[in-house]
Formats: sequence, C-alpha cells, structure tokens
Amino acid sequence: MRYIGRRLVIYAVTLWAAISLNFFLPRLLPGDPAAILIAKMSRNGDVTDAQLQSIRRLFGNPEASLWTQYIEYWQQLFRGDLGTSVSFYPTPVTELIGAALPWSIGLVGMATIISFTVGIGLGMFAGWKRGTWVDHIVPSTTLLQSLPYFWVAMVLIYFFSVQNQWFPIIGGYNVFMFNGPEWSWDFVGSVAYHAVLPATTIVISSVGGWLLGMRNMMVSTLGEDFVVTAEAKGLKKRRIMTTYAARNAMLPSIAGFGVALGFVVGGFVVMETVFSYPGIGKLMITAVRGNDYALMQGVFLVITLTVLVAMFITDMIYGLIDPRARQNV
Amino acid sequence: MSDVATTTSVPPADPAEVDKGKDETRRVRRPVNGKFIIGATMLSLIVLFAIFGPIIAEFDPRNSNNPVLVPPDSTHWLGTTSLGYDMFSQMATGARTSLMVGIVAGLIAVTLSILFGVIAGYVGGLTDEILTLVIGVMLVIPGLPLTIVISSLVPGRSGLLVAVILGITGWAGAAVVLRSQAQSLRNRDYVSASRIAGEKPLRVIGVEILPNLLPLLTGQFLFGVIFAILGEAGLSYLGLGPTGSISWGTILNEAQAGGALTRGAWWWFVPPGIAVALVGCSLALINFAIDEVINPKLRSAPLEARRVRKAKAAARAQKRADRAAKRQEAKA
Repeated sequence: MRYIGRRLVIYAVTLWAAISLNFFLPRLLPGDPAAILIAKMSRNGDVTDAQLQSIRRLFGNPEASLWTQYIEYWQQLFRGDLGTSVSFYPTPVTELIGAALPWSIGLVGMATIISFTVGIGLGMFAGWKRGTWVDHIVPSTTLLQSLPYFWVAMVLIYFFSVQNQWFPIIGGYNVFMFNGPEWSWDFVGSVAYHAVLPATTIVISSVGGWLLGMRNMMVSTLGEDFVVTAEAKGLKKRRIMTTYAARNAMLPSIAGFGVALGFVVGGFVVMETVFSYPGIGKLMITAVRGNDYALMQGVFLVITLTVLVAMFITDMIYGLIDPRARQNV
Repeated sequence: MSDVATTTSVPPADPAEVDKGKDETRRVRRPVNGKFIIGATMLSLIVLFAIFGPIIAEFDPRNSNNPVLVPPDSTHWLGTTSLGYDMFSQMATGARTSLMVGIVAGLIAVTLSILFGVIAGYVGGLTDEILTLVIGVMLVIPGLPLTIVISSLVPGRSGLLVAVILGITGWAGAAVVLRSQAQSLRNRDYVSASRIAGEKPLRVIGVEILPNLLPLLTGQFLFGVIFAILGEAGLSYLGLGPTGSISWGTILNEAQAGGALTRGAWWWFVPPGIAVALVGCSLALINFAIDEVINPKLRSAPLEARRVRKAKAAARAQKRADRAAKRQEAKA
C-alpha cells in the first residue's frame, strides 16, 4: 500500500509539472514571442481574429498577472476546454484530438504489440543459443535500430508504393471510396490495407531493441543457479527455456513494453507525417505548420497524459509481478 | 547442512575453477574486441568523411548550376538533386552538421545526467527526493513532441540551439541508471573511507565515484549522440531543424518535398538514411564492446555455453568413435 501511495504522489507531481510546463513554456521564451509570431504570420497573409485570440491565450494577456493566467488555465483544463483550433476553425481542439486518437492507438498499438511479441520470441531464442553462430547475428540488429524510422518509411514507400504499386502511398483509408470512417467490412479492410506499410515501419525499427534487451537478460538469467539446478534435475530444455529462464528474463522487457505503450500516441510523429496517417502525430505537425498553438498544446498534453497513465499502470503491474520492485521503493 | 553442501560441492568444482582461471588470463592477453574494431573503423571513416569530404568535394553544396536529377556518375559521385545540388557535397556538409549536433547534444545530456543522477544518488535525503522528481518528470514528458513544440516556438534556430534542445530533452533515462549506480557506490568501503577522511563531497564524487562510472558514462554518451542525430534528422525532416544549414535530415526533407520518391531518385534519399544508420550502428557496436567489459556475464556466459557444447560434442564424437571401433572389432 505504501508503495502505491508513493508512486501516486510522484505521478501527481509529474502531472502537475507537465501541465505547468505546457503553460509556462511559451511564456518563458526570450523576447516577445507573441509579437514575433503575429509579425511572422501577417507576413504570410492576414491574421484572423481567431488566431490573434489563440495567440493571446497562449502567450498570455499582457494585462493579467501570470498567476491569474495560470489559475484560468487550470480552470479551463478542468472544464475539459482545450481551446479552439485555428487551422480547423471553429472545431474545438478536444474534438480533433478525439478523432485522431483511435488512428494512432490502433496502428501504433497493434504494431508495438507485434514488434514486442516477435522481438521477445527471437530474443529468447538468441539468448538460449548463446555461444553459437546466433551471437554474430545479434549485433546486426543495432543496424535496424539505428535506421531513422521515417527513412525506413520512405524506402518502403519507394519500393512498395512507387516502384511496385502494391500498397497505398498515404492515408489511413481510401478517401475516394469512403467519405469518412464508417462501420463496414469494406472500410475495415481498407484501413488494414493502408496500415501495412506504416506498421511494417514500426516493427522494423523497434523489433531490434526488444530482441537485444531480451537476449541480454536471457543470457544473464541462464547463468543463474536456479537454471543450472533445473538443468541438473534433467528438466526438458523447452521447459527450462520458457518457464524458468524466459519468464524471469522478461521482467524488464515487460516494464519497457508498458512504457512503449505509453509512447504509442506520440512516439511516431514523423512516421505519421511521412504516410499522412490521420493520427495524433500528423495532427501535431499540422498544428505546428499552421501556427495553431491551442491545438499544439492540447496534443502535447494528451501525449504526456498517455505516457503518464501507461507508466503508472506499468508500475502497478510491475509491483505485482516482481516483488523486488515493491521492496526497494 | 550447508557445511555438507560446500564440502561435497568443492571437489568437482575445483577443476572447473582452474580451467576458468586459465581462461581469464588468456582473455586478458586478448583485449581487443571484434565489435569494437568494426565500430571504431566505421566511425573513423565517417568522421574522416565529415572532415575531408567538404574539402575534396568539387562542387559547392548550394551550387545549382548542375544538370538536374542525374544518377551517380564520375562527375557527380552521388548524383544531383532536383535543384541541381551535388549530393556528395551535400552529404559531406551535412555530415558536419549532423555530427556536431549529435556530439554537442550528447555532451549536454551526459553532463545533465551526471548533475542530476550522480548527485541524487550520492547525496541522498531530501536532495535525492527533489532531483528524482525532476528526473521523473523529464522521463515522462515525451522527448520528441517536446522538442517539436520548443523548436516550433523558436523562430530562427542555429545548429547549436537544436543540439541544446535535444540535449535538454534527452538525459533523463541515463540519470536514472546513474542514480542507482551512485547509490550503490556510495556504500562501498573505499568511498566511506574517503568521506571519513574528510574529503569534500565534490572531490569524493569527482575522484572516487565518477571514474568508476566512466564505462557507463561512455555508453550513455554514445547513446546520447545516436539519439540526437536521429532526433535532428527527424526534426529537420519536419522542417524544424537548424534553419539555413544542410544536414542529413534537411536532405531528406528536400528529397521528400522534391518528389524524390515518385521520380525514382533513390540516390537522393537513400544515402542520408544509410549515413545516419552507419553512425548509429558504429556507436552501438562500440557500446556493445563496452557493455561486455563492464558486464562480464554477457561475455563469459556465451563462452561458457560454447565450452559446454564443445565438451558435449567431443563426448558424442568420442562415443561414435568408440562404437565404430567396437563395430570394427566385431567385424574382425
């Protein structure tokens, strides 16, 4: 119980800090960012009233004190009001985020689960086969990890969408066939078809990390006495590998998996941009390009919140599955 | 009970112990690691390219008086872009920016992680609580989106500024590890001894603790560099990187905007990605080598497994030979 209480305090403070950072960041910047921004935007065309309002809201009303603004900001948050988007005026930010979230969670979440499963499986095998030819292949997975993932996306598009027109270049579904998301098998099929390349990108760039982490843990676990004992008892190899070694070696990876699930929403911003995938990442870039600060702040807040929630849940589960974590708080 | 266990287990363990000792000395005499050699060679080639590439390049990277979208040939070694820029010059100039951003950001990240992690772990108490909280906050706040937000709020960005932003957002993970290491080091006898001898905390950290963290710090620096180079590439690709300079990321950005994908200009977008991957791969390999030095289990376990397997294979071969010999005998 003490463990949970302590974690709760840490997360509460983190949440407060993240929201405050979101509030203070635009205000802490040197110079008068609001003026610079308005000047920059008027150079590109007329600044609408909505944009002025959004900028003033973001950088603060010069007349009100910082403290009053801060209180106001919290009040709006509690009402669930993240402001109005400028680039999609007059849609509220919450609505835009709500529409984009399922795309990110569905695509990146699915791909992360696939990548985790494959990586853990291969890592278990590579760790089991330590001291064989497999050892020489393991370092090459770092090459996969070092590839910029959006570049992987570009290469995949080049080969599978441009050279051979097997997969669509952009989008989350076929926009010529459907006016918007709907519940039909055709639509689901279209979504799955469009998700192949983005998901492959994620799997390619993240599977190496899981594999490597699992393999190294597996190697250390296999050196533990209880594994030697299990071997001496004459247990089946398969049983030693799965229920003895892998089960324990997996613990850090499970913690990592929880964190990775937290980054599902905001972790692949650039990839979503390459594929123009209608998720949170693309929304964020749209906001950045359109100087849509209310939207940007809202998206950032949602991304942080997801990470926070995922980390909290992971912490709780980890405390359950690994008693050692509860001991040294 | 335990007495019995030890006495019975000692004799069979002995030969293995001796064997291990022999192996240990053999390993000392063979200090160079294959992964290290490959990684270091790759890295030095890239660094040499960054230093001398712009000098030997015949064209200015911004010179557009070249034929457009030429595949690699003898004049334009890596082809040209849709604006007629020479890709070799672009890559060479980009190497400087990307490596510079990576190294500066890596240094900043390591410094910050030492500042927060080591001090939190060593000092303990309330300082630890506060610093840990800061680390926790930085760990949770997602790096890339934060970097995107900061970059988008700052109008003119130099390469240095981008490096600073990447460094500030990317140190928390390393600090967590350093904190737990410093915590365990603090309770070692030699550290207690120097503390009791009246050494100031700064000196204890600098002389007793940091040298022991050096391998770890090197690894973290290398990862910081990889992280920053990848981050810079991503930011530049989104058009939020250093303004007005050429980096591997900006090349990718221009390639995407210039329709390199649809026009089949693979020489335009393939090299920057490969270059980033090579840097990352070389640093990761060096890091592997360091890992094997500080974590002997990673090194010895595969060797042991190999030894066991060899012994088993030898036994099997012996058995086969015996059987064959017996069969021969029976025939005779």
